[in-house]
Amino acid sequence: MLRLERRPEASHLMSYASPAIAIVLMLIGGLLLFIFLGKNPIEGFKVFFINPISDWYGVSELLLKATPLMLIAVGLAIGFRANVWNIGAEGQLIVGGIAASAVALYFQEAEGAHVLILMVVAGAIGGMLWAAIPALLKTRFNTNEILVSLMLVYVSQLLVSWLVHGPMMDPDGFNFPQSAMFADSALLPLLFDDGSRVNLAFVFAIGALLAGYIFMFRSFFGFQMQVAGYAKDAARYAGFSARRMIWIGLLSGGAMAGLAGMSEVSGPMGQITDQVSSNYGFAAIIVAFVARLNPVGIFFASLLMALLYLGGEQAQQYMNLPSSISLVFQGMLLLFLLGSDVFINYRLRWAREVAV
Amino acid sequence: MTSATDGEQAFRLELEGITKIYPSVIANEDVSLKVKQGEIHAVLGENGAGKSTLMKMIYGVARPDAGQMKWEGDVVHVENPAHARSLGIGMVFQHFSLFETLNVVENVALALPGNPDLKELAEQITEVSNRYGLPVDPQRLVHALSVGERQRVEIIRCLLQNPRLLIMDEPTSVLTPQAVRKLFDTLRKLAEEGCSILYISHKLDEIQELCHVATVLRDGKVTGDCIPSEETPKSMASLMIGKELPVPEHSAPAELGEARLQLRKLSTKSDDPFGTDLRDIELEVRSGEILGIAGVSGNGQQELLYALSGEEPVADADAIVICGQPSGRDMPDLRRRNGMGFVPEERLGRGAVPRMSLTENALLTAHYKGMLKHGMIQFDQIAEFARKCIDDFNVKCGGEEHAANSLSGGNLQKFIMGREILLAPKLLVVAQPTWGVDVGAAAFIRQELIDLRNEGTAILVISEELEELFEISDRIAVIAEGRLSPAKQLADTNIDEIGVWMSGMWDQPAIAEVQSHA
Repeated sequence: MLRLERRPEASHLMSYASPAIAIVLMLIGGLLLFIFLGKNPIEGFKVFFINPISDWYGVSELLLKATPLMLIAVGLAIGFRANVWNIGAEGQLIVGGIAASAVALYFQEAEGAHVLILMVVAGAIGGMLWAAIPALLKTRFNTNEILVSLMLVYVSQLLVSWLVHGPMMDPDGFNFPQSAMFADSALLPLLFDDGSRVNLAFVFAIGALLAGYIFMFRSFFGFQMQVAGYAKDAARYAGFSARRMIWIGLLSGGAMAGLAGMSEVSGPMGQITDQVSSNYGFAAIIVAFVARLNPVGIFFASLLMALLYLGGEQAQQYMNLPSSISLVFQGMLLLFLLGSDVFINYRLRWAREVAV
Repeated sequence: MTSATDGEQAFRLELEGITKIYPSVIANEDVSLKVKQGEIHAVLGENGAGKSTLMKMIYGVARPDAGQMKWEGDVVHVENPAHARSLGIGMVFQHFSLFETLNVVENVALALPGNPDLKELAEQITEVSNRYGLPVDPQRLVHALSVGERQRVEIIRCLLQNPRLLIMDEPTSVLTPQAVRKLFDTLRKLAEEGCSILYISHKLDEIQELCHVATVLRDGKVTGDCIPSEETPKSMASLMIGKELPVPEHSAPAELGEARLQLRKLSTKSDDPFGTDLRDIELEVRSGEILGIAGVSGNGQQELLYALSGEEPVADADAIVICGQPSGRDMPDLRRRNGMGFVPEERLGRGAVPRMSLTENALLTAHYKGMLKHGMIQFDQIAEFARKCIDDFNVKCGGEEHAANSLSGGNLQKFIMGREILLAPKLLVVAQPTWGVDVGAAAFIRQELIDLRNEGTAILVISEELEELFEISDRIAVIAEGRLSPAKQLADTNIDEIGVWMSGMWDQPAIAEVQSHA
């Protein structure tokens, strides 16, 4: 009989092997899915995972999609390490996008770098304000930040919908729910001059990963947050302020999500619509966990997640599958990850049946 | 039952060559043990010697990898605790498994098979409790019971199933000396009626007083059997730890210096409905002395420690004065900067982060001693600090990069103690300094405390082990029901008086009078 037995010490190897196992299982699950849908699995695999990155343009699209994921995931990871569960990055992204758009629309005639700088600041502050709500409620009234931050996602979706149907709607836009296109001064500069859409935000993302790494592994604050995440009572014993950690955890996630929102409206979109986010705020949660809350891992996990997005689009185009198939892949990835994470602390053993 | 019960070799339980191997450690190796009927058999050993593992195998919680167990002459494989109970084996665990919000009868009913009639059961409980001198009101809610009473409920719960072997795991660690005596009477009576008792402990004097035979375990192996009444505590200790037991040297009280800790009418209200409120606690600890606080657990020690450490700051800043600073409202890190060190009762998860390395665990409280530069961690310095702590305090571990949870309880305690001492505190507050620590390490830790006092540190020790407090304290006070007794010079009191005080009766003049003239 197979039995689950607790390991004497958590397995270090397994905590890194687990994401790899989850990815393999996701691929197998995907192949089975293609078979059940009556598609050729080899063809499906090729369309989903190979075609999107078969040329430089595809790779550049991958980097473009991975950018907001990296930004958000590194911000969230800082909080997650201290067991501060910000599930509402999606909402913080939207509010950051709104704030940045407001700046862009206000300075529509202006030239110069200050527009972009103000947009970056506004985006980050917008996301932080949205994240400050669960932080305030948690520190003041001990509410659950998971619920509050999640519910605020829906509020922000309604908010952006109202704005693009009202105050922010393009007056010359034939009543489409979208703002006017931003002026060039409000668009992030492209990194390459070859038709790809990768922009300066990718540099921000790399910078955020570096800064996140230093914060988490070199700074005393990062240490305090890790202590709080591993052992709350030890953090209290040492005198680390639990409140400060809740604030830092939520605000860092909010700021990064807001910045991601800014990079979307100011990057590939060039305007704000009620479709600011493509679920990046939620996908980034999976990224953070697959990456073991480590910035190096986040870099690679974001690329993988971005590939799932692109693969979904390709599957829609070439295989007549709904694009929500990428959500199925995301879900499988998280499910298998959580499943194989069990083996970090446990292992399987053959238990001998003993006769009475 | 077999015919093995009569005749000379009527052993109730025989273990032969029991071996249990855990992934990283051999918990028991070739352990053999024989218990006669009506025998009180001690299993003696330090923490980690394999006593608990052995008992778990007898009770069916774990299974041996090799060896066999005979119950009343027949080979048995105990499948699980229910199987053990059906054989006639009962066990009282060190940590109770009672529901606080249910009453005594309901708690007992939950442990019995089937659906017993509560009224009948209450009568049975009363009968058993009268017969064995275990007074308990069956209708009382468990949360209102003292620790001693809870233990009685656990024992009664076992006795209702008419066990022929009762396993007691460190039963006296939570009892007052008077309650210990009552428990011993009960156990003796049970033994006279033919019930065998396996009594697990590391307290040598108790074993000498109570047990007929003792089996000594060390590192998972049997190192000897003895008749406790024919041994001295010293000779048993050397069987247990494999060498002579060092005795701490307690030099005469040094010159007392200034007050380092003053509590003035410290009162708290507990958030926990089963917690204890502190009431008007007053005390003073001065440089160069050790003040011991005795008491049965659950009488406000936790609350007092949380208030002292700053983990639960109090509203009145003047209620706690640390090194002259009103500190009642300060957080723990500020109190540390003011000169206080603190060793909590729970090592893993409070005093240390289980999954972090010893280096990182040193950083936990030592960070303000130049371990940071512009908010960045100076890893070299902190590792050096951790290494010094490991060397100076004789911590057995794989190195400073190993995780705290890879250390044994005693070694982690030495590390935490060392960390706090190396921070050169002016005041050190220590909870249960040697709780669950083996005898050798305990002696080392006590000596360190005494040395620190001789260097002029003010030390407050809160412990449930009276012998320990009498060994190291200069003055001793008692906490009971959230109130603190006056502190007495060690020479002016004795274990009996402190024992009476532990039930909260220090301000009844008659008793105090009798005791002080005793």
